[in-house]
Parts: sequence; structure tokens; C-alpha cells
Amino acid sequence: MSYTFTLDGKVIPFADGQTIIQAASAAGVFIPHLCYHPEFKPHGSCKLCTVRVNGRHTASCTMRASAGMVVESETEEINAERRALTQMLFVEGNHFCPSCEQSGNCQLQATAYHLGMMSPHYDHFFPNRPVDASHPEVLLEFNRCILCSLCVRASRDVDGKNVFALSGRGIKTHLIVNAKSGAAGRYGLRAG
Amino acid sequence: MTEKKKLKVATTSLAGCFGCHMSFLDIDERLFTLLEHIEFDRSPLTDIKTCSPDCDIGIIEGGLCNAENVHVLREFRKNCKILIAMGACAINGGLPAQRNHLPLTTILEEVYHTSPGLANGMIPNDPELPLPLNQVHPIHEVVKIDYFMPGCPPSGRRNLEGADRSVGRQGARTRAWPDAL
Amino acid sequence: MGFNEMHAEAVAGVVDRVINRYKRDPTCMLQILREVQESCDWIPPEAIDRMQAMLGVPRTKIEGVAGFYSFIYTEPRGKYRVLFSDNITDRMQGNRAMMERLCNNLWVERGKVSEDGLVSVGKTACTGLCDQGPGMMVNNYAIGGMSEQRIDEIAELIRNKVPLAEWPPAYFKIEDNIRRADILLNADFKPGEALLAARARAPSDGLNASNMRSWREGLPSGIGGPGATLDEIKRSGLRGRGGAGFTTGLKWEACRNAQLKAGHQRIVVCNADEGEPGTFKDRVLLSKCPDLVFEGMTVAAYAIGATRGFVYLRGEYRYLLDHLNAVLAHRRRENLLGKDICGLPGADFDIEIHVGAGAYVCGEESALIESLEGKRGTPRNRPPFPVTNGYLDQPTIVNNVETFAAAAMIALNGGEWYAGIGTKHSSGTKILSVSGDCARPGIYEYPFGISIRQVLEDCGATDTQAVQVSGPSGVCVDASEFDRIIGFEDIPTAGAFTIFNKTRDMFEVARNYVHFFQHESCGFCTPCRVGTSLLKNLMDKLHYGSGSPYDFAEIEKLNQLLQSMSHCGLGHTACNPVLDTIAKFRPYYEKRMMQQDFTPAFDLDRELSAARQMTGRDDAGAHLVTEHGGQA
Repeated sequence: MSYTFTLDGKVIPFADGQTIIQAASAAGVFIPHLCYHPEFKPHGSCKLCTVRVNGRHTASCTMRASAGMVVESETEEINAERRALTQMLFVEGNHFCPSCEQSGNCQLQATAYHLGMMSPHYDHFFPNRPVDASHPEVLLEFNRCILCSLCVRASRDVDGKNVFALSGRGIKTHLIVNAKSGAAGRYGLRAG
Repeated sequence: MTEKKKLKVATTSLAGCFGCHMSFLDIDERLFTLLEHIEFDRSPLTDIKTCSPDCDIGIIEGGLCNAENVHVLREFRKNCKILIAMGACAINGGLPAQRNHLPLTTILEEVYHTSPGLANGMIPNDPELPLPLNQVHPIHEVVKIDYFMPGCPPSGRRNLEGADRSVGRQGARTRAWPDAL
Repeated sequence: MGFNEMHAEAVAGVVDRVINRYKRDPTCMLQILREVQESCDWIPPEAIDRMQAMLGVPRTKIEGVAGFYSFIYTEPRGKYRVLFSDNITDRMQGNRAMMERLCNNLWVERGKVSEDGLVSVGKTACTGLCDQGPGMMVNNYAIGGMSEQRIDEIAELIRNKVPLAEWPPAYFKIEDNIRRADILLNADFKPGEALLAARARAPSDGLNASNMRSWREGLPSGIGGPGATLDEIKRSGLRGRGGAGFTTGLKWEACRNAQLKAGHQRIVVCNADEGEPGTFKDRVLLSKCPDLVFEGMTVAAYAIGATRGFVYLRGEYRYLLDHLNAVLAHRRRENLLGKDICGLPGADFDIEIHVGAGAYVCGEESALIESLEGKRGTPRNRPPFPVTNGYLDQPTIVNNVETFAAAAMIALNGGEWYAGIGTKHSSGTKILSVSGDCARPGIYEYPFGISIRQVLEDCGATDTQAVQVSGPSGVCVDASEFDRIIGFEDIPTAGAFTIFNKTRDMFEVARNYVHFFQHESCGFCTPCRVGTSLLKNLMDKLHYGSGSPYDFAEIEKLNQLLQSMSHCGLGHTACNPVLDTIAKFRPYYEKRMMQQDFTPAFDLDRELSAARQMTGRDDAGAHLVTEHGGQA
């Protein structure tokens, strides 16, 4: 038996166990997101994919679809909130798009475009986050880290390596690598 | 047909590279049409050094890296009805702000004392020179900004659309100059 | 060799001893870290090496957990680690001056470690000694009633490197300060009574359907006790005492009805992570009547068929641990815990105590469970809820200390008896932790329905301007509302009752609470991680006189965003103290809204300080006056 819910008025079919965002992408409907990736276990931390389900805000990457749900996503209100979250991510780190090698191939930047973000709005934190260039092939650019945990999950859940993790708490949360020195090169972060 | 009053536009480049101004000139011959609707006040294009008190629009390129930048920005805010932040440096500090994770003392030390160079080991202290701020700041952190036009630089086309909007002409098709505040 | 250096072999010895005692169980990670630190004073890298090898878990996981908790140090913090409680009540009692005094005495900078590695002095969130503050902790042991004299004595003890165990015992004496006792604090209760009553209880008409389940699952058969006890809990109308007020009977029933997977068991967790600033009633319940609490947990286990129990004790209450463990040992000897409890075949249940390490968010039940599993205390995505997928994915109930105490009394005296106390919508009693501006701070147990005014009168509060009920995430009540009552139908509360007289600046109260939330945000979700920092910056901006209507509007917008987008209750409520005080005590804000126009959050003149210093200039051009930047 197949079920459906509505997303901004459009009827979306879903299979048992699918989340809202999974069903939406299967139906070709885009919901903005940063920490969600179809290959990895959903996490629900960036909150960009927040939608309104029967009037209540919830992250669409962790919320299972259920029959008859009324979901709103592309409303002015929700997009304004998503824009504010994106602005928060921009001021929290050091994101200088014009001089960033990922410019043009960056989901954070693309999301900012998609949401029509014109300014960071808030005061910048300008945190001091030294890069880790100790490894011959991999550069860890912590300035651009938005704590989405995708690398943590990829390494832990797919590669079974636990190369990365989050440490610290609150605004001091930060990415760490599996090395006593704290630097990637000494760990022998190997490819493959 | 009575002549409409032209909009008075002032522009400046603070801690920027003038790239945004160059890009503005990229609207090429359409500048002539535009000049039927606006006149430039203080601007590198006119070499006028101070703002008239009745400017309609101020366009700021670049962020704040020294005391003079702050004075100029304040002058613009005081004299312009609408203030527009143009380009990445005005909006988030841009390239100059990448010094922000280094203490200014370390930078001055390195540039004038440690590394070999022409300054003879002396940090310039002439009162004529503006002092650098501890950190580079985007302009919205110091004065209220009405509109933002991101890009590095914003393209000529964006500039033209923005200009079209401000002189009240239809045809702006993209999201130029939306009110982000 | 400094105070914090130990040979790698010595460190490994400590780690081995602790890990073996925890049976090399990685779910006890936080407990292992905590105990290793008790011996080593911090978690040196060698300890992590050894843990990694012994537990077979990656270094990233150990460091990730260690980095989450405020009381676990991955950098040396001194042989003596002094933390001053920094709740608003501690501030009102002069903690700042005392901290300065101690720092000056010891020649140490606040937040830093002394050069010889002997001592560090810092601040921490409310330690739950608001009725006998200012409070502090030395190496995680609580000391109350700080005075200048005591500060000087402590400085002397530290300078002379006197071991903590040899400090005057009077320092560590924490008073119960029970000012008004009712059915819980006055309970004439003998350990085991409630269990025997529960066991003897027969199912009553109509309500016993759920009893059948225990038969099917092979729990003690042929008896009606479990189902009947659950029915009594439902009949009592008991609601959770931790703040959210969920109906206890429903929670227990949902857990009881949850399907058990093979090898799984049901779990009972007592939430003693009393972190809400201004709350200290669980501290007193655990110190005065631990048997009542443990019995309540055992009653719960009996009713839902659970076999394993935990108490999650906040790190600030570490000093209670040894006593609580002794009580548990005694109960085991009395056959009130362990196998075949009270001689009832198959009634197996035991309780272990896990101690937290300075993370308020672990009071949220799913974060608490994560912490119990030895992880970072990040609240889970829900559904599924703990009643079906809790501790190690097993059906779990998490209830507050006071809820279990009440459950024990209900098992003993019946649901109807309990429902007769309090109001129609809020049955039973509520224990309030009264502190702030009053003559008799302490613990007050009232039947629900008591008015704010009556509490103020009883505790000798005069000239009261406001009461913060249920802590920063609760509500701020002004004088016009003092006839409102404590109860789920009006003002629900987890117990905090913080009183402010007319000399107090309610803006500073709110600012203290905002700093608290910023410090305690777990950092998992964007809105709370960044939003609480932005809010803190805005409040500081107002404090420093740079606030304008623009900043007011920003606070409102942040509140909206935190409410709608945050992952858990911490983010949802982080703006409450600000919104409440803006609505009720606006003049305090207006006094601070010194600017009509937008003003920068930072001092521009100070922004030239480094350049002035380097160039030696001090002419007019080397300064920037504050100016406004356009109508906000």
C-alpha cells in the first residue's frame, strides 16, 4: 500500500520508513539542507531543512513521513528563518567566498544563493581557527567548518575509521582528528 | 516635459581594491543613459572630496580597516539618505579581514621590525596616517546599512539593475538589492 | 616536576584500575574519565592512550566526550581546582568580590592556572547552594557559605598544599534547611514499606487490563501487584516534577507496553541532574530521604517490569555519592534491591549511580541517556521516545527525584489519598527551592495551589519586586501576579523560586541567565549554538550602553528563531528570561537603551589600542569617538 502527504500543496508519495526529505527528493522536490546527505544517517543538526508539519516546526531529515501530513516548506516565513540560520553559519566561521578554492562548488554558498542571502546581517565572530596542513595530501580548513558532521559520519559509519569527531561544547564545539598530537599528518590519514 | 530632479549619488572605496568601482564602469555606454537620471557627488569618479549634505544614495565599497575608513563611512551615513554596501569587503570584511585572526601587534612587528624591508625598523607614526583597527570590520557593524549588493565584484549587469531600481525603472529581473536587513 | 605531572606508568596504573572496575565497558566512559581525573587531576594524553587500548574505542570518541563536559579537563587545571558558583543568587551574595579576593590571595588570574600549577580559580553554573551561598567547589566537592574569612582560610590551605581530605569538615557541611515539610519530607516511612504495599495490592475493577501483560512476559505471575500499582499511580494524577509535567502513569504504562527485543530489559532512570539555576530540592531529597527515592524507583521497576536502574547525579552533588552508595548497599542487604526483592521470585532490580560532569543539557532526558551511555550529552531526535527506545535502545523511563519519592508514597497510601492533596489539576505536593531576597531561604514543601504571595510571606520576603519561578527556563512573575498559584493549571515549576527585591536590577538578572544558556548550549544545532551567543552579545551590548531600538528588535527576532528552529528545550527557552523581563520590567531596559540610533557593539576607540601602543601616538587622530550610525 502506498501513502501520500502534501508538501506545499503538492501530493508526495512515500514508502514506509522514509523521512520527509527522502520522499520529497524522490519526488523531485528540493528542501534546503546542509547536514543531510542521502548516503549517511540523518543527523538533524543544521536545521536548514526545517519544515512545518501540521503547523509545527520540525527537521525534515529526521521526521518520518506519515500519511496525510500537511507539510509547508517554501513559505516566506520558513525561508526567512533558513536564511537567518545560514547567516549564523557565515558569521560563526570564516567564510570568504571570493578567495575560497571551493567557491562555486560549495553547498553553503549555494544555499546562501538559493535563499537570497545578501549580507551576514549579524556581527562576525572572526574566530581563530588555524588550518591543519600537516598531512601531505589533505588540508583541513577549519575556518570553513560548519559542524555538519558529514565527515564524522562518513568516516565512522561508512569507512569504519573514526578519523573525525566533534569535541568541545556550545559555541566552542570543534572538529578533532584521531591523533594524539591533534594534527592529521601524524595520524597517517590514509586514502582508501 | 519638465526635467526630473536627478538623484545625487556618492561613492567611495574604503578597505577595498576599487574592483567594485571598475565593475560599475562595466555598464559601458549605458552610463550615459544613467547620467540622465543621476549625478555623482563625492566619488573617485568626480574627485569631489566631501559629501553634499543632501545625497540620495551612498555606495560603499570595502570594509573598515583603519580610523579614516570609519570617518568616511560616518560622513556617508550622515549625508546619504540610503546607504548601500557594495561587494564582499563591505559586506563581510573580505580579503582584508583575513588578517583578523592575527593580533595587529604581531602584524606590525612582522612587517616593520622583523622582515627585511624599506621601513628601517620603524612603525610609521606620522599623525597624517590613519591608525589601523585591531580587526577589519564589515561596515554594517558600525553604521546602519540599507541595502547590500554582494559579489566580488558585483557584475556590471547587477550594478545596472541596481541603478535601474533606484531610479525607479522597471526591468530589474533578478534579486538585485533586496532588503536583507 | 610540576603538580600535574605523573609518570606515564602511574597514569596507566590509575586507568587500568578504574577501567577494570567498570569491566572495560565503554558505556561507562564518562564515569571512567571522572574517576581517572579524581586521581590524576586532569586527563593527560597518556590516560587517553591507555583508555583507547583498554576500551578498544577510538581516541576521537574519548576526546569528544571529555571535551563536552565542563568538569573534565584535557589540559592541566591545577592540583586544586576552585570553581565559584555564578548563579544570580551567588552574585547577589557577593561571589565576584570573593573570587577576586581568592585570586589576589593566591596570585592567580581568574580562569587561568597558577604558574606553579598548584591552583586554578574559575566560575561555574549554579551549584545548587543558593540557600547557603555563595557556593563554590574545590575538586568537585561543594563548599557553601563563603565568607571573606573562609576565603582567606582556603587560600592558606591551598598555599600550604593541605590535602582536601584534611580541610575542616565544617566547610563541606551542606545544610538541608527544610522550612516546611509535608507528605514527602515529613514521611514517616520505613524502607520496604511501599514495596510490600505494592506487592499486596490487588487489581481493582476496570483498571486492571494492563496487568495481563506481566503474566505474558513471565514477570512474577499470579500476582496483581504491578498492574495494580500502575493503576494507583494513574489514579493519583501524579505528573512529572522535573518541569515538563508529563503524566507519570502514562509514561510508565507506555514503557511497560513497549515490546522488548531479545536480550533487552526495561530501565528506570532517576534524573538527579538538578541543573536549573536556583533549584536545590533534589539535593535535599537525596540527602534527607534517599530511601524514599530509591524505593520509588523500585516501585516503578516493579510496576513496569524493569530490572536495571540508574541515578544520574549531577557532578555538583558528587559529595552525596558515598552516602548514597552506602544506602544502596544497605538496601541490597535488606533484600530491597537485588534478586527476588522482598522474597518475590523474579522481582529483580538494582540501581547504580552515574555522576555527571557539569553539563546542564544532560537534564534533558534523551541527553541524559546519551550521557549514561558514555557519550556527549546531545539531545536525541525524537520520536522514538525513551519509553520505547531509551538506554541502549531499551524501553526506559526517566523521572525526576521528586517524582519517584511521590511514587513511593502513592504505592504506600494509594492514588486516591494522593489525588486528594493539592488541586484538581495538580495533585500532591511540590517542593520549592526558595532563595534570593528573603529571611528564610531553604526548602518548602506545599500542596499544589499555594499562591506566590503565601510563599513570600512564609519565607520572610519583603519589598519583593519579582520572583523567577522554575529558573531561567521558567517564568518571571511581577508583583501584580503574586496571587497566582503554583500548579500545572497556572504556574508549573521544577522547583526554583528565586526572589528579587526592589533593589535588584532585573536586566542584570536576565543577562546572568542568558550567559548561563550560552555556556550550557550543547552546540549540536545551529540556532541554539550560534543564537545563544548572539543573544549574549546583544545583552552585553545593552549592558555596556550601546543598545538601541535596533538591538531590541534583534532580540525579538532571535527569540522567534530559537523557538521555532532549536533542537531541544534549552534553545526554546533561552530567550524567556529576556522576553519576560522586557515585558514586565521595561524601565530597566530603557535605562540601558542609551542610544536612539544604531551603535556598534564594540568600542571603536579601543579598536585603535594596539596601533596606538605600537606607534606611541596619542594625538586626536589616534582616537575615535563613539558616534551613532543612522536611525535604527
